[in-house]
Amino acid sequence: MQLIPCPWCGPREEVEFHYGGQAHVAYPAEPAELSDEEWASFVFFRDNPRGPFAERWSHAAGCRRWFNAVRDTRSYELLAVYRPDQERPVTT
Amino acid sequence: MTADIATRRSPLDGWTSRLAELAPAVRLAERPFVSQLTLRLPDSSRAAAVSTVLGVELPSAPCTFAKGTGPHGPVEVCWLGPDEYLVLAQPGLQRTLESALRAAIGDAHGAVVDVSAQRTTLTLSGPNARDLLAHGCAVDLHPSVSPTGTCVQTLLAQAGIILLVREAEFVVLVRASFATYLAAWLLDAGTEYREQPT
Ligand SMILES: [Zn+2]
Repeated sequence: MQLIPCPWCGPREEVEFHYGGQAHVAYPAEPAELSDEEWASFVFFRDNPRGPFAERWSHAAGCRRWFNAVRDTRSYELLAVYRPDQERPVTT
Repeated sequence: MTADIATRRSPLDGWTSRLAELAPAVRLAERPFVSQLTLRLPDSSRAAAVSTVLGVELPSAPCTFAKGTGPHGPVEVCWLGPDEYLVLAQPGLQRTLESALRAAIGDAHGAVVDVSAQRTTLTLSGPNARDLLAHGCAVDLHPSVSPTGTCVQTLLAQAGIILLVREAEFVVLVRASFATYLAAWLLDAGTEYREQPT
């Protein structure tokens, strides 16, 4: 089974984690100003790259903390994990 | 007319003799009614005051627990998250500890919640205790990886547990509603360690 390294608990089995979709999707600064189309793109539209992708994960069966991970969508390799208060690290 | 008398029953009430069946390879027992309090303390300025109440320093490293003896007797403080701890103490101390901890936190940002009824406690020791846990737990419990003082939140046979590695035993904290399932699973997984009838 794939191991995911929690920034706090270290490597744990994937079943302990929940996937949270794309990371760094900022909440609109002026929500009331958004058109329906802009809302739709904020709520539903996500990147779908082939290669490194910054995602949110929750260590649901462990420390129950959210963190971010950069995962290569081609190989499932986790290139980096980092806490929500940290910048996205540079990955190659 | 019958009088209803409220008696306290632990989640594994009535399982004592079945749990004992795995001895001597695995000594398995429930330790009911352990006082348990969830402590949230994002404001580290009160950590010293809290430590004084408990008689033990809050563990700073993830996946560890600290133990000590303070004004309320022997206490273990488990790391559950960057600002979250689980305090374990002798049965019956939850109210006392709750108010003592609240006083120590004062008006700082923090929370103390009595969660004693949320989980029950199982202890496992004996020569095959680690083998038994390994049947359903992916965390490596070898002393070189998980030494005494380790406290992990993980899955045991798909059930969420908090696992403490004490000097001579493992402690498994499991939610009350999962307790009989987990006890039955442990008894089944331990079949190969039972004494064969001669
Ligand atoms: Zn974790």
